[in-house]
Order: sequence, then structure tokens, then C-alpha cells
Amino acid sequence: MTYHIPWIVFLLPLFSFIIISFILRPFLNYRPKLGGYVTIGAIGAACALSFWLLVEVLSAPGHKLEIPDIQWLLIGDLSIHIGLMVDALTAVMLIVVTIVSLTVQIYSQGYMHGDPGYHRYYAFMSLFTACMLGLVMADNLVFLYLFWEGVGLCSYLLIGFWFHRPAAADAAKKAFIVTRLGDFGFLAAILFLFYKTGTFDIGELHGLAIAGTLTGTTLTWVAIGIFAGAVGKSAQFPLHVWLPDAMEGPTPVSALIHAATMVAAGVFLVARFFPLFENSEMALTSVAVIGGFTAIFAATMGLVMTDIKRVLAYSTISQLGYMMLGLGAGGIAIGIFHLFNHAFFKALLFLGAGSVNHSTGTFDMREMGGLRKAMPWTYATFLIASLSIAGIWPLSGFWSKDEILVSSFANNPILFYLAMITVFMTAFYMFRAVFLTFGGEYRGGASSEHGSHGAHQLHESPKVMVIPLVVLAALSIFSGWLNVTGRFDEFLGHGEVHSFTQGFFGILTHPLPWISLILAGSGILLAYAMYSAKWLSAEAIGKAFSPFYALFSRKYWFDELYERVIVGRVLVDGLFAGCGFFDSRGVDGAVNGVADGTAAAGRALRQAQSGQLQVYAMAIAVGIVAIMVCFYLFG
Amino acid sequence: MNFCYLTTIVFLPLVGLIVIALLSKPQPKTVKLTALIFTLASFALSIVVFCLFDRSSGIIGQIQFEEKLAWIPAINAFYHLGVDGLSLPMVILTTFLGFLAVLVSWKVELRPREYFIWLLFLETSILGVFCSLDLVLFFLFWELELIPMYFLISIWGTGRREYSAIKYVIYTLVGSAMMLAGILSIYFTTGSLNMMELAGLAPVKPFIPLTAMFFLLFIGFAIKLPVFPLHTWLPDAHTDAPTAVSVILAGVLLKMGGYGMIRLCVSIFPEVALNYAPWLVLLAVVNVLYGAAVTLRQTDLKRLIAYSSVSHMGYVLLGIFALSQISLTGATLQMFSHGIITGLLFAMVGLVYDKTHERNLERLGGLARQMPVIVVVFSVAGLAALGLPGTSGFAAEFITFVGGYSSAAFEGIRLYTILGVLGIVITAGYILWMLQRVFYGPPVEKFDGVPDADNIEKVCIFSFVGAIMLVGLYPAILTDVIKLGIMPIMKLVGL
Repeated sequence: MTYHIPWIVFLLPLFSFIIISFILRPFLNYRPKLGGYVTIGAIGAACALSFWLLVEVLSAPGHKLEIPDIQWLLIGDLSIHIGLMVDALTAVMLIVVTIVSLTVQIYSQGYMHGDPGYHRYYAFMSLFTACMLGLVMADNLVFLYLFWEGVGLCSYLLIGFWFHRPAAADAAKKAFIVTRLGDFGFLAAILFLFYKTGTFDIGELHGLAIAGTLTGTTLTWVAIGIFAGAVGKSAQFPLHVWLPDAMEGPTPVSALIHAATMVAAGVFLVARFFPLFENSEMALTSVAVIGGFTAIFAATMGLVMTDIKRVLAYSTISQLGYMMLGLGAGGIAIGIFHLFNHAFFKALLFLGAGSVNHSTGTFDMREMGGLRKAMPWTYATFLIASLSIAGIWPLSGFWSKDEILVSSFANNPILFYLAMITVFMTAFYMFRAVFLTFGGEYRGGASSEHGSHGAHQLHESPKVMVIPLVVLAALSIFSGWLNVTGRFDEFLGHGEVHSFTQGFFGILTHPLPWISLILAGSGILLAYAMYSAKWLSAEAIGKAFSPFYALFSRKYWFDELYERVIVGRVLVDGLFAGCGFFDSRGVDGAVNGVADGTAAAGRALRQAQSGQLQVYAMAIAVGIVAIMVCFYLFG
Repeated sequence: MNFCYLTTIVFLPLVGLIVIALLSKPQPKTVKLTALIFTLASFALSIVVFCLFDRSSGIIGQIQFEEKLAWIPAINAFYHLGVDGLSLPMVILTTFLGFLAVLVSWKVELRPREYFIWLLFLETSILGVFCSLDLVLFFLFWELELIPMYFLISIWGTGRREYSAIKYVIYTLVGSAMMLAGILSIYFTTGSLNMMELAGLAPVKPFIPLTAMFFLLFIGFAIKLPVFPLHTWLPDAHTDAPTAVSVILAGVLLKMGGYGMIRLCVSIFPEVALNYAPWLVLLAVVNVLYGAAVTLRQTDLKRLIAYSSVSHMGYVLLGIFALSQISLTGATLQMFSHGIITGLLFAMVGLVYDKTHERNLERLGGLARQMPVIVVVFSVAGLAALGLPGTSGFAAEFITFVGGYSSAAFEGIRLYTILGVLGIVITAGYILWMLQRVFYGPPVEKFDGVPDADNIEKVCIFSFVGAIMLVGLYPAILTDVIKLGIMPIMKLVGL
């Protein structure tokens, strides 16, 4: 019986999508609320079942449930099954996805209220949740790839939700194409794996990697290909450019897809194939280096953004970098534990930003200020999440971040120092956002994201939006405590405890946490000095470091490099235009040239058909002579 | 005596044609309904054949529903029809698109009687190509198809329609001439015209080299597929043809090239195919990447879709000459999948053009608000074209890639396959750019009040979507049949 439950978990949101798009949208469009209720019901049920599965997995032997497969395709040696697997990693991901999705769907009832695309919104959100659940449960590469692209599609559709805005349409397209560049690597890795092993089954591939059948350069190339897919999805350097633009989508979408779940799918993918990475030193180092570098690289851009969602977007990229660093340096449990905690506090931050927008109508922090009085719940929960992401004891971010720092300290000192600097930056940019948004006095506001609000009275958001904030705030405090005694590591790492776990207070006897706490504290203090107490002038500092300020605020000119230079000049106006010119002038020109040549030859030969018998007789005589000469010479 | 399924399927459209011709002064509505009934009947019968088709593994490679009558005894030519796993999907594709083409043409007002006569004639000739097992019969049907195409493009087309029609006919005739030479050389060396018998019957004492015979046939098919650099007739013909003809042209006519390559080039000359596989796969990669690059530069909606066909048919060529069982199955599935996807894309372009009278991407925009149904279906078609999992496009391309990558045909096939995979990134680029240009952005004032799809159009485009999703979610429905046709060919190739 148990093996039906994963299928039900996956199918519930899928049916919700089908019901909304094929029944509610065409026939009951005048009852928009229904779509929301169906979605929330389906995901709520999936959430409850996910907890049941977690309990089952905890007690199952080897933390793994056996679920029978279904044959999907059989051609010669190519045999593809579809099937689900539930192991410790999946169980954790199921919890993350369903909880965040459920809170976001409830929140959206308030946030998207009155939007004309209400049904479309919930249909896509349901489809996304179904794909995400399928992605974490898929037991073979082809099935996983199906959902991998599926979440990408939903991301595309939801970023471009307000498609009439050119910026949203551009951002959606950019997100899809940039991630597809990474998927190219992933697909190549899948083909390579099949060529070498003849199987797509994840369990079998794990076995082959652990048994040492799959080794050497093969393994490294496969791992790097898979990682390329992860780099695209998780917006790691150098494919990070799409995520900040993706903020054009509705804010709950950013919270669910572009903070908590889909972008973390890259991290999940590396974790899913961790046995492959583990056996290739080079692959593991690449993951750590790309992750560590992205963490600090994105954080620098987060320092100077004025749009609160963009700050959070860069923060997400940076935190995803941390997770990759954790995977590369410490292992599966460490990376995934940060994913687990991050999902809650980052979703909370985004929902908080949405709540602020609901009231002020803007995402520009320069127009906000003083909201702590008008929006006490939003303020309190946002503050908790900020403390958590900054890594302040004893909130959840502290526990997972310090594990990453410790493991990188042992593994790669350079990355450790970079990560330490990033801790400082993270605390600074988060509290810069907190002080600019909630501190000081109110500075204006602007027209709302969806234009349904007239005059702007600052107000707390409705209950339907505040309750999810509170739930996520509670999780942002407590979720980290799961690993205080190393239980989480034990569960995911299958028995080997390799983090420094010395208890709730015991951890403070270790020097390393103190260093990171001091760094985070000074980041908060600097933000306070600059943006709240105004001991230091932000403008003066910006001027003093103006080259850096330009570098960060222009995002290192990566957008210009990719869009204008590489895509615009080199490809579209260069190579592709060359091909187009060659096609119309070269290839087709040759075709028409042959045709014209034939016609011209016909016109020329036509002159011979003069109708004068003497000429014909002459030609006949010449021909006969020629034939006779030939006979004489060759015959 | 058994019921002659195939003869009935092939000639039902022709009977419809005769009925239309005999009606005295029919209303346009009557003509359309007649055409609809006969194409639908043909489609329904082909589904019956599909269901009756014996899939048990004991009959691998055996022709089913065979009909054989002496036709021209002097040259050993027979009226010989039959289907196997390779041709059956093509027959279904043709009857399916033939039926939908009538629906697509529902609004034709210019000389409807003649129009539908030519359209039905076209369907019969294509069905004949896929069902024939005799080379002379095959060639006859192959040539017959040109006549209706010429009239359909030059009378009901748009733009430079006479130029495009004549270009199409002459280009194809050049290929046909070579093909005829190939067929004659095969006949004179073996004395047989039976396509199934010839497979595996290596000609003894050929009077021209086998390679020459192979390429005579290959060029004929390459023009049809089309293969770079023989593709430039395609964008002109597609762009200027009326919508339904573009649907048929992209949907099934191109497949005659791929079908011919597998049925004749690979089956009769497996060694030559193997020898030249590296070059032909290289051409396939050029087709994919170069086709995609040129597509990205198009500003005419219809021309863009036309060029995308060049790119997508490159995958068919790649699958065929990767010469593995998986890749050939993938190539055949890709032919079917491309038929329904591009057929739908052309139908959608036709709808957009009908309603806005605009095909230039620079001047379109913001139509999503005005056309909620069209935008959804167009997006589904576009996503299928860019190979999104869950659609037939992904299933076909993925099988082709897996087959190509794991093929043992020659060293370097893996590099070529990976280069081909790169095409999916460029495809995503032009498809999404096109969707954005047509549908997204602020609504354009001059398109205010343009209607969405009406009910007949909805039936038509939803049928396409259903087929795309069915094959995408459960490709085994076709591959289980296709592989029966591919296995005996693989035995001949011997890899």
C-alpha cells in the first residue's frame, strides 16, 4: 500500500492543474476563488502524505522505500522505465516543497486577489508543484529530465505571468534559454551515461559508481555534465544572469520557484548523483569552487541593489553557492541541510517583500521606510528571517551555515576565507534592506505591481498573507535545531556523523562559530551605522569606492557581455546573419544561377534553329566528318 | 477474399474527388462536407489497420495487409501494396493530416470545388507513395504528387506564388530524374522491382557502381527531405503555399524523403550507407545547426517555421545514418512527430494571418489578450518544437540522440550527435523569440477586436494537440510498431 502514496503525492497537484485548466477556467471562470481552494486542498493533502512518507522512510531499512516501476519504452537495448523512489533525500525534499508550496499558495490568495489571471496562476502553480515533486521522486534520468524541464517551463510561464509587460516577457525568455544552455550539458551527460552503462536507473548508477565500475575520466565528464545542468538551474556563475531578471514574476512565484524550490533543484541534482561526484576529485572540487566563488560574487552585487527583490535574488544566488560549497566540501547532508533551512527563511523574505509591496506598491527601497509601525507582523517576521540568513545563533541559518564553514575550513582554506567574507556581506545587505524598508520614515511609494490599489494607505496585509509569514518565521527559527544533535546528518548521510555537533549551547565553546558571529554582527552594525543611525553617509562611501560601486551595480557587465556582445553581435548579427546571407545569396543564388544559366543556354542554342536548310546541311556534314575522323583515330 | 484495406485507404480521397467532380453546381458547403467525409473515412480506416496490425514479435519485418496484382507483366511490375512498421505510421500521419487539412481549408472561398479536388488528389498520391511496394508504382505516385502541388501553390498561394510553385516543381523533377535513373539501374541489374525483395538482394554485376546507384536515389530523396544545400525550394514553397498545403507539405511531403532513404537507400545498399555515414551525418549536423541559425534571422512568421523544418529534418537524417536500431526508430518517430508539430505550427500561423492579416514579426505583438485559445495552442506547438519533455518532439529527439550517441556506425558519431544536441538551445531561442514577438508585450491597438479561434478551428487544432501529447506521453504506441519495421533493416546493416 505504501508504494501508492508517492504516486498520490505527485498526482494530487497534477489533478489540481487538470481540474483548473480544463474545468474551472473554461466553465467556472466567474468563480476565481475555486482555483485557489483546489490548489491549496491538493497541496495540503500532498503535504500531509509527505510527512507520512517521512515517517515511513525513517523506519524503512536503509531509509529507502521500494516502489515498482512501469515499462515506458523498449527499443532494442533502450529500455526506459518510469518510476518513483523515496529515500532520505527525497523525503526531506518532499517536506520542503510541500510546506513552502502550501504556505505560498495560501499567501497568494491574498496577494493575487482580483488579478484577471487568477485561474491561470493557480493552474501553473499546481503544475509546478507536481513537476517539482516528480523531480525529487524520479528514479531514473529520463523521468527526472522530464520534470527538470517541466519546472523550467513553469518558471518560464510564471516569470512571464504578466506577459504584457515587455520586461517580464524578456525575463521569461532569458530564464528559459540560459537554463537550457546548462541543460545541454545535462542531456549530454545523460547520453554519455547511457552509452557507457546502458542504464538510466539512478539506483543502478549509484551502484556502478560505488562499485568502481564507473570511474576515471568518464565519471568526471559525466559529473561535470550533470553539474552544468545544476549550474543553469541554480543560477551559479557563469549562468547566474537569469535569476535577478526573473524577479519580474509575481512575488509568491519568486518565493516558491526562484528561492525555495526550483533553483535549489540544481543543488538537489548534485546531491542525487553524489556517489558519482564523490568518486571524482575533480568534479567535487569544481562544485566547491564554483559554489564558493558564486557565493561571494553574487553577494557583492547584493550590496548595492536598490530593489528589494533584486537584493533577495542575489542573496539567493549567493546562498545557493553556499549549498554547492557545502556539497563539494562537506557532503550531501551539509549541502542539503542548508537547502532545507534556506527554503524557509528565503521564502519568508520574499513573501515579506511581497507584503511590503502590497502596502506600498513598490519594490524600490528608496521609496519605502518606516514600515515597522504600519506593518508590525511583516516587520517581525522579516527581521527573524534576516537574522536567520545572517547566521545568528540560535536561528536556523546559523546551524547550517556554520557546518559549511567548518567543512570548507578543513577542505579548502581559500574558499573558507571567501565564505567568511560572504558572511559579513550577507549580514550587511540583509540589514541594509531591513533598515531601508522598515526603519526611518516613510518616503513615498508608487503604484502597485498589479494596479488594483488606488490611494496608498500603509496597512498590514490581510490575515491570509500574515499567517503564512508567521508559520515560515517559526520554521526559520526552529528548522535548524533538527541537526543540533546530528540527527539530520545521520538520516541523510546514512549513519556517518561528520559535522561538529556539540549540542545547543555546546557549539558556542568552539571558536569558529564565534568568528562567524562576530563577522555577521559587524555586518549588521555597519548597516545600522550607514542606514539607520547615519553615522556614516552611504553616499560618501559609495563615492569613495566608486569603481567598485559601478562594478557591482552594473553586475560586472555580464548582461552586456552576454546579451549585447555574444548573443547580439557575435551570434545573431554575426554568425547567424552570415548564414542567412549565405543562404539567400550563396545557396539559393546558385540554384537560381543554374536556372538562369539553363535559360540563357536555351536562348543561345535557339539561335541555331534558324530554319535555313543550308545551315542544317552544313552542320550534318561537319558531324559526319567528325564521326569519321573519330572512327579513324580510335576505331 | 479479404477486404482490401490499403486500396480503400489510398483511393477513398480519389473517390471523394470524383464525387465532387460529378456534383452539378454544388454549394461550397457540400464540397467541403464531401471532402471531409472521405478524408475522415480514410483516416478511420487507417486507424483500424493500426489496431489490426500484428505486433507479435514472430512476424518481424513481414509485410501486412499485402495486395498484389499483376500490372505490367512485361517488366515484372505489380500493383503491390502493403505496410510494415515503417510505413504504417506514415500512412496514419497522412490520413490524419489529410483530414485536418480539409478542416484548415474550411474558409477557402476561391474556386472551392477545384481546390478540394486537388487537395484530395494530393492525399491519394502521397498515400500511394507510402503503401507501394513496387518501384514503378512508387515512382508513379511520387510524380503524381507534383501536379496538385503545382496548382495549389500557384492558384491559391500568396506572394510570389508562381515563382515558388515552378521552383518547387522543377527542383523536385531534377531529383525525380535522378531517382528514376537509380530505379532503372536497380531494375536492369536485378530484374526486380519488388521493394521488399530488393532489400538484402545485393545486385550482382552492377553496370554502374553501387555507390552511384545509392547517390542517384539519395539525391532524389535529399531534395525532398530537404538536405543542405538542396533546401532552398522549401522556404519559398512553404511561405507562398496556402495554409493547408503548407501543413501537408511540411507534415507529410518531406517525410517521403526520409521514408525513401530508409526504404531504399539503407535497405538496398546497407554497405554504401555505412561507408558514407560519416559524411551524411555531418550533413545532418549542418542541417540542424545551419538551419537553426538561418531560422533565427527570419522576420516572416511563416518563413521562420519553414526554416525550422530544415533544422528539424536534420535530426531525421542524423537518425537514419547513425544506423542503429534506436536511431532509426527515433528518426521515424521524429518524422511523425515533426509532421504533427509543424503541421500545427503552420495551421496556427494561418490562423494568426487570417485574423490579423499580418505575418511580419516586427509588426505583430500583444495578441495574447485577444486570442486566448490561439496563444495556448501556439505555445504548445512551439514548446513541442523545441523538444519539451512530455511532447512528441522530446520523445522523438531523445530517442534519436540516444540512438546516435550509442551507435557503432563510425568513430566520431558521438561528437556529431552532441553537436546536433546543441541545436536544441538555438531552437529554444527562435521559438521563444517568435512567441514573444507575436503574443507578448502590450496589446497593439490595430488588433483590437480580432477574433479568437472558432469552433471548427478549435476541433482542428485541439486534435493536433491531442496527438502531440499522446505520442509525447506514450511514445511506445508508435515505437512498438516502428521497431518491427526497423529490425529487419538493421539485420541487413549488420551492426
